[in-house]
Amino acid sequence: MLKVEGIETFYGSSQALFGVSLQIGDGEVVTLLGRNGMGKSTTVKSIMGITPVSSGRMSFNNIDIHPLPSYAIARLGIGLVPEGRQIFPNLTVRENILVAAANRGGRKEPYTVEEVLEIFPRLAERLNHYGDQLSGGEQQMLAVVRALMTNPKLMILDEATEGLAPLVRKEIWHGLSVLKGRGQAILVIDKNLDALMKLADRHYIMEKGQVVWSGETAAIAANEKLKARYLGV
Amino acid sequence: MLLLISATLLLLLLPTLLGWLGEEYLISLASRILIYALVAVSLDLMLGFGGMVSLGHAAFFGIGAYVVAIFTHHSFDGSPVLSWPFVLPGLDGALVLWPLAILVSALLAAIIGALSLRTSGMHFIMITLAFAQMLFFFFVSLEAYGGDDGLSLFARNRFPGLDLSDDTHFYYLCLAVLGIFLLIAYRLVSSRFGMVIRGSRDNEKRMQALGFPTFRYKLACFVIAGAAAGLAGALIANHTEYVSPGLMHWTHSGVILVMVLLGGSGTLFGPVLGAATFLILEEVLAIYTEHWMLYLGPALILVALFARHGIYGILTGRERNNV
Repeated sequence: MLKVEGIETFYGSSQALFGVSLQIGDGEVVTLLGRNGMGKSTTVKSIMGITPVSSGRMSFNNIDIHPLPSYAIARLGIGLVPEGRQIFPNLTVRENILVAAANRGGRKEPYTVEEVLEIFPRLAERLNHYGDQLSGGEQQMLAVVRALMTNPKLMILDEATEGLAPLVRKEIWHGLSVLKGRGQAILVIDKNLDALMKLADRHYIMEKGQVVWSGETAAIAANEKLKARYLGV
Repeated sequence: MLLLISATLLLLLLPTLLGWLGEEYLISLASRILIYALVAVSLDLMLGFGGMVSLGHAAFFGIGAYVVAIFTHHSFDGSPVLSWPFVLPGLDGALVLWPLAILVSALLAAIIGALSLRTSGMHFIMITLAFAQMLFFFFVSLEAYGGDDGLSLFARNRFPGLDLSDDTHFYYLCLAVLGIFLLIAYRLVSSRFGMVIRGSRDNEKRMQALGFPTFRYKLACFVIAGAAAGLAGALIANHTEYVSPGLMHWTHSGVILVMVLLGGSGTLFGPVLGAATFLILEEVLAIYTEHWMLYLGPALILVALFARHGIYGILTGRERNNV
């Protein structure tokens, strides 16, 4: 579905990504792991066309997405839940959801507002509140719901549960496992290794702007040395 | 809602009330307020809802006014507006001229918007100001149409079923135009289009990442606002029966901007209140002093400091940009 081959990204004259490659297949849940500042968010921004890529190839369902603008990439069926949530503070919860509603992924039965609210029922009680009147957890749920309403073929979550209370994290992970059960392809960045191990099929570990390891959940779970070296566990 | 119904009733009954009071001459002021309310609401679509702070909005107002004035001028003296490559006669029928004013303003807004919306913030303010000033100086140098002195209309335009030379007829027409535009603006800002515009003001990159080409949406908003300002220009040309390049000057854009901020940006009725307050204050203070801006200035400072949502915010108690 998504194929990234040797992308290099710069911030001004400073190189952030050094030939990053990764792949995600239909219905797969894949993680990007690594310490802070290793290039995980830059990789996501590069995929979405938010940060320009200087070299390498990226394709989504065999369509080259480099150098398409971010709106065109989103229209192909990639939904992003960005770092810091970035919900629209001056739109109500209902408007935040409705503005995103589109069948970008061409699903036979696109998500309805009622369906996505079933996954995160807490939002149903807050439909008429403005975005900035929500708690951090609710904002994160709204960001997930908003991305879901685009009916993406691939959903990308950057720092899915960062800064959230444990109970809210649990709700988010539960929501993601429901989506996985429905065959939703997901690329997720987070630091909660335990939750990621339960959710994901495969993992990529990044260090200093490069993918230094990739493999399946069983391989990473059994490799304490790997976890200690790259993930600080 | 009660406030809205009361205000609508007051506006509908205003000519009758002024007639009872023997103050019929104020109907003309009321029409002027309605026209400026129209242009202020159009600016607010861009500024309050879209976050596009323009200091060139008066350009569209002026162009709409000049389209009406030039065609009416040629209609009166029987000469064509264009004689090559085809003959374009003068006109004075509102049903043709006013849509033409809207069309020309919209086209101009499309050109200016397509260039200026590639910038943002201070650069956007400066580029819109620069375009408006270019038009201002163009009309100053256009001697055929009065140059700096402006151009007089010999009569108001013809409108089927109405006598626009009658101030009351003209007032009700302005009221209807404003009412229809407010309705259109309400539908617009509540629609998906409006959500994209409002969301882009908060976070344009995020809106793009949801699949929206925000430039096109903002340009459409810019053109709609420009077209409405052109219609307001057509009305003001008929109201004053005179146009001058001053209508396009950047200070005039500043006046419209002040009306929006005074009334409450990001609200549909705020700019209407702002236009009314500004023009009534101008009228009243001008009786006592020609330096009336000296008194209006502190009022604006107070609004900016203590009432960020303007008069609308004070009256309704709403702290949020509301549709």
